[in-house]
Amino acid sequence: MSELVLTIAFYILALLTISSALGVVFCRNIVHSALCLVVTFIGVAGIYFTLQADYLALTQILVYGGAVSVLIVFAVMLIQRGTIKQTNLFSRHIITAGVIAIAMLIVIVRILLLQQWTLSTRSVPEETITGIAKLMLTRYAISFEITAVLLLVAMIAAIVIGKEVKESK
Amino acid sequence: MITLTHYLILSAILFCIGLFGALSKKNAVAILLCIELMLNAVNINLVAFSRYLTPAEFDGHVFAIFIIVVAAAEVALALAIIIAIFRQRNTSVVANLHWLKW
Repeated sequence: MSELVLTIAFYILALLTISSALGVVFCRNIVHSALCLVVTFIGVAGIYFTLQADYLALTQILVYGGAVSVLIVFAVMLIQRGTIKQTNLFSRHIITAGVIAIAMLIVIVRILLLQQWTLSTRSVPEETITGIAKLMLTRYAISFEITAVLLLVAMIAAIVIGKEVKESK
Repeated sequence: MITLTHYLILSAILFCIGLFGALSKKNAVAILLCIELMLNAVNINLVAFSRYLTPAEFDGHVFAIFIIVVAAAEVALALAIIIAIFRQRNTSVVANLHWLKW
């Protein structure tokens, strides 16, 4: 029963994610693209839930669905002038890009279907946060600290770069 | 019955949609959105491998969290750069940003 529910949930979420990802690429209005991107993020969070990664799903909604999408919508509103309807057009490389993307997809799927994975039969523990926290503060402690510094540096850099520059003429 | 391959194919489709957009868009913000799509596809891969190959360990989750952090930093920085360029050049179309040539 729960297997069936999981299957249905996966297909609905996959359809939602892929169709909104196509919306990101094919919408001609960049605000619509940004809103489609939010739907994609939420869909990916649902995919994490079907993979029993609850902490990661919540982080995804918090960071991507909340912070990143608001940042992107703000930036779009700051930099668009004139008509908003035609702000997200394709360049002249669309055919090359399409060929590359489809070729890449075919190659990846062919390789995937040839692979034999040694699947584990163990089940996921009830709590994922404990395991993540233990790993983060033991094996990946240095990476954890470096990531924190990276985030701080990126934040300061974004403020400095985005600051209004006074004309000195 | 959903297997690992389902998740990997979903992530491959998402990655290729993002790749197509990143290569074919004019607007710098749109390219950034498509790069976010690609990073999300990679995250699905990591979590799916972690779930099906090593369910009792969480290395895949930790990697995914690191990718989320780096992606957030990247978005903040890239948007700041795009806004700064827009202030100076009044454009956000990447084809017009051609003064950095070798």
